[in-house]
Amino acid sequence: MAKIPTPEEVSNISFQPPAKGWMDTKPEFKEGCYCNAASPKWVEWLEYPFPRNWSVRDADWKLPPNWKEIILEGFEDRLGRFRTLKLFMDICVRCGACSDKCQFFIGSGDPKNMPVLRAELMRSIYRRYFTTAGKVLGKLAGARPLTEDVIKEWYYYLYQCSECRRCSVFCPYGIDMADLTILGREMLSSIGLNIEWTMASVGSCYETVGHIGATPQAYKDMIDFFAEENERVTGIYTNVTYNRKGAEILFIVPSGDYFADPGTFNYMGYLLLFEYLGLDYTISTYAAEGGNFGYFMSHEMGKRLNAKFYEEAKRLGVKWILGGECGHMWRVCNQYMSTWNGPADFLEEPVSPITGTKFENAKNHKMVHISEFTADLIKHGKLKLDPSRNAHIKLTYHDSCNPSRGMGLFEEPRYIIKNVVPEGNFIEMPPNTIREKTFCCGSGSGFNGDEYLEMRFRGGFPRANAVRYVRDKYGVNHLACICAIDRAVFPPLMDYWVPGMDVIGVSEMVGNALVFPNEMERTTDLRDRPLVGYEEAEEEEGGETE
Amino acid sequence: MTDFFKLHFFIPLGIVLALIIIPYVGYMANLQLVLGIVIPYLAVLIFLEGLIYRVIKWARSPVPFRIPTTCAQHRSLPWLKKSLGDKLDNPETTLQVIGRMALEVLFFRSLFRNLTTKLRRPADHPEDAKLFYWSYKWLWLGAIAFHYTFLIVLLRHLRFFTETTPGFVQTIEHVDGWFQIFQPTVYLTGIILLVALTYLLGRRVYNPSMRYISLASDYFPLFLILAIGTTGVLMRYFFKVDITAVKQLALGWVTFKPTVPAGIGVIFYIHLFLVSVLFMYFPFSKLLHMAGVFLSPTRNLASNNRWVRHINPWNYPVKFHPYIEHENKYRQAMKEVGLPVEKE
Repeated sequence: MAKIPTPEEVSNISFQPPAKGWMDTKPEFKEGCYCNAASPKWVEWLEYPFPRNWSVRDADWKLPPNWKEIILEGFEDRLGRFRTLKLFMDICVRCGACSDKCQFFIGSGDPKNMPVLRAELMRSIYRRYFTTAGKVLGKLAGARPLTEDVIKEWYYYLYQCSECRRCSVFCPYGIDMADLTILGREMLSSIGLNIEWTMASVGSCYETVGHIGATPQAYKDMIDFFAEENERVTGIYTNVTYNRKGAEILFIVPSGDYFADPGTFNYMGYLLLFEYLGLDYTISTYAAEGGNFGYFMSHEMGKRLNAKFYEEAKRLGVKWILGGECGHMWRVCNQYMSTWNGPADFLEEPVSPITGTKFENAKNHKMVHISEFTADLIKHGKLKLDPSRNAHIKLTYHDSCNPSRGMGLFEEPRYIIKNVVPEGNFIEMPPNTIREKTFCCGSGSGFNGDEYLEMRFRGGFPRANAVRYVRDKYGVNHLACICAIDRAVFPPLMDYWVPGMDVIGVSEMVGNALVFPNEMERTTDLRDRPLVGYEEAEEEEGGETE
Repeated sequence: MTDFFKLHFFIPLGIVLALIIIPYVGYMANLQLVLGIVIPYLAVLIFLEGLIYRVIKWARSPVPFRIPTTCAQHRSLPWLKKSLGDKLDNPETTLQVIGRMALEVLFFRSLFRNLTTKLRRPADHPEDAKLFYWSYKWLWLGAIAFHYTFLIVLLRHLRFFTETTPGFVQTIEHVDGWFQIFQPTVYLTGIILLVALTYLLGRRVYNPSMRYISLASDYFPLFLILAIGTTGVLMRYFFKVDITAVKQLALGWVTFKPTVPAGIGVIFYIHLFLVSVLFMYFPFSKLLHMAGVFLSPTRNLASNNRWVRHINPWNYPVKFHPYIEHENKYRQAMKEVGLPVEKE
């Protein structure tokens, strides 16, 4: 693996563009800043075209002989199917409002990471082949011929866009780079250019349980383990049922919540909440992955993976679906799911069995977000909460890109947080870095691979910088979020930029605060860390065992 | 100065200069009929047809997914009240969408959010690199100033197209000319228009990032409209033309009885020719953002997917992994750990 430069080196960013024009500058595949090529195994598995061994660093990417035709036909086809593409190719005025809004530009200084220029990488091809001016005037009209270097450039920069949509908030015409990135990646995929991390995750999600390729029995083991852990820490065994027909609710979470810390603590929190409520729910070994990695490579693959949700809900005969804390899963479930795989007329309009609240806002896609569900419970006084159990947590809250700019889920998590931590323990980051203006973690849309670490740290720099600000000013020690990719990638990002910052899910804090009538005395949180007032007892205990 | 900049800056500059010379030569060659009637009619025809053609072309591509950019709280629990601002930044009804579009089109709402990002990295404490974000309204102000003054100037020209000047045009003229020191009355909008254009041009040239991304198609309309504004100002204040004759010409166009009155100066024909070029260029350029913004799916759709299904007209069935294959693969192991199965 490439040597990661130090934070001092990485933050030495120049925003001065190179002397040569951008059309004459070829991408330089810098170690640590590109995603590895997908191995043929996964491509074959998913029946995607042109599986082959190739490497990003090779001069020859072994493109199929008719790659140019495929790209141009694919472009034309998409112009006919997506008004976004057609419009966004035509109406940009290059006002530059988006240019310094992208965290990958801020973190790298590479002008082709200005959303406007990243889009121009595609527009220049559009003009050359689909507009008269471009055909006749060429370079003067901002057009250029499609060459292998252009394809390499697309690959490099479309995989330095995390589809976070921050630029589209600031664009006066709402040009959405995320949409262009999705379509550009689809075209790359059509000539066999995919990235390993996404492809492997998609392949695993498709046939096994979740993106790590677990088996149903291993999956059950993991979750049963959380139930046991809950019993050990709280004295409450949290019973779980799997694939149970006739349950009222199907609960779907991203696999990050059951496969790695700190997501696992969040899962413990979910289980405690449901046990407390006596909720009639089940989880599935088939629809066991909330995250939709297919959406990171094409609309079609997104649909193929998402199909499992409604299929399983139908098979089990549940009434509605409850979704865990996940970022892009919620963009998909909000903006695509019912269009792709609906109508979900075999389900019912979600109603909270505890409070009777009708989730009228979800009456079409029949899916409720855990934060909505929990906030409703708290508002109705259905949960006995002891915020002092989170007194050791002084936190700030990161709005994940997708629930923010692809949904608008801002208040629910904040409402929950304010009810589960002591007053004054929740500090917001500066206003230009949160809510609809939130920064990406730097690793969204398939960038979890370790080979990409330097670029992840660069893309995550603006977020980390805002976290560091509240740490230095207010002594914040936890970064809360409602996204599994956040929970997976923030720990290394924080270690790099803001050492000592812990990452925590909102439901984990709910689990900490929830007071069961028959619980044992709690001295630690779900992570076995002593609660405030019990630090000494812990130490003594530790001393005894030594 | 990069070759890229030279190409994209000087060629449009040269073209606009040529566009000034062409009508001058035409005037000298007594082609007033072509300059005064044929080209303006052609320009309006191309403008209208082109505009319709382009909008239809966009509209023929469907909107497969409802993907508004949500910039505020969504509709969720009834006690989570949305402010009026929230409703306009994350609209859920048609009325709210109209509101969002109105803010966008009339007040450039999204541009108003603009921030500038600065990195401060003290040389002696490189570990203390800090990012700052400030509200940055200059671009918004420049854009608003340009678009509105351009509109007002355009409306003022209506006085040439009607026998008696409409009331609202008189009002505009009155307000616009409140600054009555000189004779003839100086219209503020004309001045602001030129200042705003100069700002918009200046930032493209002086800001390194802007210079890096700017194309000929960005400079050309700026040069063209600057030339139009400048010739207009020159005509009004310095090289006077026979206003009655100009009005006679304009009335001839709109009543479809075009005649070319004698005695209109060459400066008018240059101005008119440049305007005609702008009209003809409009539908085939980025200037079409004026129409395009109305069609933008991230702005003009209600964020109501969760309760109203959006239909994709080309939605097609895809291959997915059905449950039974999952069970077939793992049945034995599932039974062993007590997971329910469909087939024993």
